[in-house]
Amino acid sequence: MSVDGSTGLARASVAELARLLAAKEVSAVDLATLFLGRIDAHRDLNAFLDVRPEATLAQARDADRRRAAGETGPLLGVPLAHKDIFVTRDWASTAASRMLKGYMSPFDATVVEQLAAAGMVCLGKVNCDEFAMGSSNENSAYGPVLNPWDKGAVPGGSSGGSSAAVAARIAPVATATDTGGSIREPAAFTGITGTKPTYGRPSRWGMIAFASSLDTAGLMTVSAEDAAIVLSAMMGFDPRDSTSVDRPPEDCTRDLQRPVKGLRIGVPKEFFGPGLSPDVEQSVRAALDVYRGLGAELVEISLPNAALGIPVYYVVAPAECSSNLSRFDGVRYGHRASEYRDLEDMISRSRAEGLGPEPKRRILIGTYVLSHGYYDAYYLKAQQVRRLIADEFRRAFETCDVIAGPVTSTVAFGFGEKAADPVSMYLADLYTVPGSLAGIPSMSIPCGFGDKGRPVGLQLMADYFQEARMLGAAHQYQLATDWHRQVPAGF
Amino acid sequence: MANPNWEVVIGLETHAQLSTQSKIFSGAPTAFGAEPNSQASLVDLALPGVLPVLNRGAVERAIRFGLSVGATVNRRSIFARKNYFYPDLPKGYQISQYEIPVVSGGGLTIDVGGVEKYVRLTRAHLEEDAGKSLHEDFHGMSGIDLNRAGTPLLEIVSEPDMRSSAEAVAYAKKLHELVQWIGICDGNMQEGSFRCDANVSVRRRGTETFGTRCEIKNLNSFRFLEQAIEYEVERQIELIEGGGRVVQETRLFDPDRVETRTMRSKEDAQDYRYFPDPDLLPLVIDDAWIDRVRAEMPALPEAQRARLVEVHGLSVQDAQALTASRATVDYFEAMLAALPGEAKLCANWLMGELSARLNREQVDLARAPIDAPQLAALLRRITDGTLSGKMAKDVFDAMWNGEGTADAVIAARGLAQISDAGAIAAIVDEVIAANPKSVEEFRAGKDKAFNALVGQVMKASKGKANPQQVTDLLRARLG
Repeated sequence: MSVDGSTGLARASVAELARLLAAKEVSAVDLATLFLGRIDAHRDLNAFLDVRPEATLAQARDADRRRAAGETGPLLGVPLAHKDIFVTRDWASTAASRMLKGYMSPFDATVVEQLAAAGMVCLGKVNCDEFAMGSSNENSAYGPVLNPWDKGAVPGGSSGGSSAAVAARIAPVATATDTGGSIREPAAFTGITGTKPTYGRPSRWGMIAFASSLDTAGLMTVSAEDAAIVLSAMMGFDPRDSTSVDRPPEDCTRDLQRPVKGLRIGVPKEFFGPGLSPDVEQSVRAALDVYRGLGAELVEISLPNAALGIPVYYVVAPAECSSNLSRFDGVRYGHRASEYRDLEDMISRSRAEGLGPEPKRRILIGTYVLSHGYYDAYYLKAQQVRRLIADEFRRAFETCDVIAGPVTSTVAFGFGEKAADPVSMYLADLYTVPGSLAGIPSMSIPCGFGDKGRPVGLQLMADYFQEARMLGAAHQYQLATDWHRQVPAGF
Repeated sequence: MANPNWEVVIGLETHAQLSTQSKIFSGAPTAFGAEPNSQASLVDLALPGVLPVLNRGAVERAIRFGLSVGATVNRRSIFARKNYFYPDLPKGYQISQYEIPVVSGGGLTIDVGGVEKYVRLTRAHLEEDAGKSLHEDFHGMSGIDLNRAGTPLLEIVSEPDMRSSAEAVAYAKKLHELVQWIGICDGNMQEGSFRCDANVSVRRRGTETFGTRCEIKNLNSFRFLEQAIEYEVERQIELIEGGGRVVQETRLFDPDRVETRTMRSKEDAQDYRYFPDPDLLPLVIDDAWIDRVRAEMPALPEAQRARLVEVHGLSVQDAQALTASRATVDYFEAMLAALPGEAKLCANWLMGELSARLNREQVDLARAPIDAPQLAALLRRITDGTLSGKMAKDVFDAMWNGEGTADAVIAARGLAQISDAGAIAAIVDEVIAANPKSVEEFRAGKDKAFNALVGQVMKASKGKANPQQVTDLLRARLG
């Protein structure tokens, strides 16, 4: 494909941008200017919450200086956007909540720090569901994000700003976070590559916590190759995060060229049940056929407890959320009610005004399941089932190398279609939640289009720390197909 | 006073602030008395995105405590969140340990009026302290100081084994001595480094089941502990005898009015919604770590006392006094190392002259201007006859005032005792010749006259004559 002209540049992958930057055919300032222009031109998507061109251009100039001084590196000068769950010094960090409107963090998240150290240039902060709670981005206090493929459709959530920005090529890469599917589902809905690594590999320091035992930083990219390149720069042990895995950083690109011939792909029969829409099933099965054609071996596997993922998730995640969001009390920072009777009233009113309906709903659920007398029946039981689900994956990976299946049961739905029925919204996470509960790496890659021409995603999952293997399998698929090269009309 | 009809049942929960340099989950310092909010880090402020990291030193101190009370140090314990809202609790939860604490069991032997009793411990767990709300001086507003937020605490919970306020105080004092002895807490009660909550109930003698208890919070002196328990016991007995019922509740002690009053009743009790903190992994302590801590532990007070009596021949009282603190016994050991075999002399000077002076001048033993080897060097000049006891006290004063070592002071002041028999004999002869009246009286059987003659010899020698030799020579001459 061509990278001539600004549209071509905007459609370039990270790998291609790296080559152009290294050849000095383009500068970091050129790229920053290009993408800032595109962000501005596509403001109607509502993908970005905070854009500060002067801060972006300062970083771009710095990247160019570093290159002039002899520094190299595949990310030096490549622009990216950060999900508003990562705190940043130079852009407001709101978690898309009214509670944190205009909040400036005194420090950068580890992931932000690592990618800046690699020379990436931040374009700003992207929208998401409030505190990353949601599957449609309709829960942002700053309005929903539109799906670039169909502005009547949701971009998925919670990382909807990240997915829309990359799908519209107004950012070549965006960070994202996944708690129950918040990277994979929006990636599937917008036809891009969304990658969630093993829980504990990227640091959680500086990620505004939703459910601490599930929250995982990851990426929205144009391709698996891009994900492998960027992911390699954001892993490694962080002493500031006690749940960070103490393993050396890893080159996630090492298996990209490895052929899939002989790769054992586990296909969980439970993921192809009656709930799966025919259009999605068709694209996913076609993708499996591509793998078979490339020499991979399809193995039927069973994950009988995976169906319990949703109830387990909607106990564990709200429980942790109810506690994690307690710090937003209006005392030290964030929204404080202007009128109140006493200290208790101040805290109550500040929270009532500052938090939106979905965080409140989850705080209520979480408070309930942790209450005296209910803890054993809900939280403890959920954690036990969670262990069963993780064990089930462990056993499955004895017979296969990666697991493949759908990401979602349908293509992107329309605005308001599920907003009135929280349970149907929660069920959108059916296929993504099991991997989150187990903490294994998983991703979504585009594999076709379904109803109304909306994108379909293929989910790949791998055993703990097997990101490179999973990304390699995805890259081999993308060498054989061009779904990931499709760009929505008008972008 | 013991009531013949009622038995008192007391259990204590003690919060000992651990003497780490930094907080339990952040790198902020723990020093007391700093400017408000000057010792609160990003983590202590609970800013969005921060995470706790456990301080190894706090765990080490908990292990030390567990070993010192014969408890089980749990190889795996869990940090849990205790959720409640309060303006000085930044995260909206306190990180504590709930189901599985770091230390389980163990106990302490207390002594009340010569009767020994073993008080069992339930557990000891690690947790963080909250900040402080300041409700005065802000014109109708409240101030929040988060310096204390995140300070490491060891909460030590006893079984309800105590049966009187005296036993409770003895237990609290014993615990207070122990935590300082093993170096895990500075024991400063004014600054809140060591504070007790007392669970008190009464039951008719002979009854098996416990009565309904009340918890009296935050007693930060032994006197308050005693007063609060005694008041509470009286209150509960009067209430029941008057036909009423004790209501389970939390009470506060008012030291000015010497009474307890309701803080919150059980009905208002919060549901803390404890659950394991997902930001922290289980605390795993391996045998090697425990062995290392054990190897670095000082001998405990009982063992030290026994050694002082059995090896050094000191009295039980002396041993007791010398083990009042680790600093004292360490000082004593250092003196003895420099002056072997003189345990009694060292003990007398340490507990006598030095202690009196430290008390008078309000100086800590650790900051005494005379260190153990220097004091031992002074005492050596007594044992070798250079100084009399009285002269040594003068030298001690000079040393305290910074005039140098014992030998330097002796040289500078020409203080060396005259022990030369010839020189003393000459003075004795002179005194006998000059005081015929006293000599006559002595011979007539008046002992006082002898003392007067000794005094005259000492005066003539300007106090330097060896008093023993003077006595011996006088008796020889007059006898």
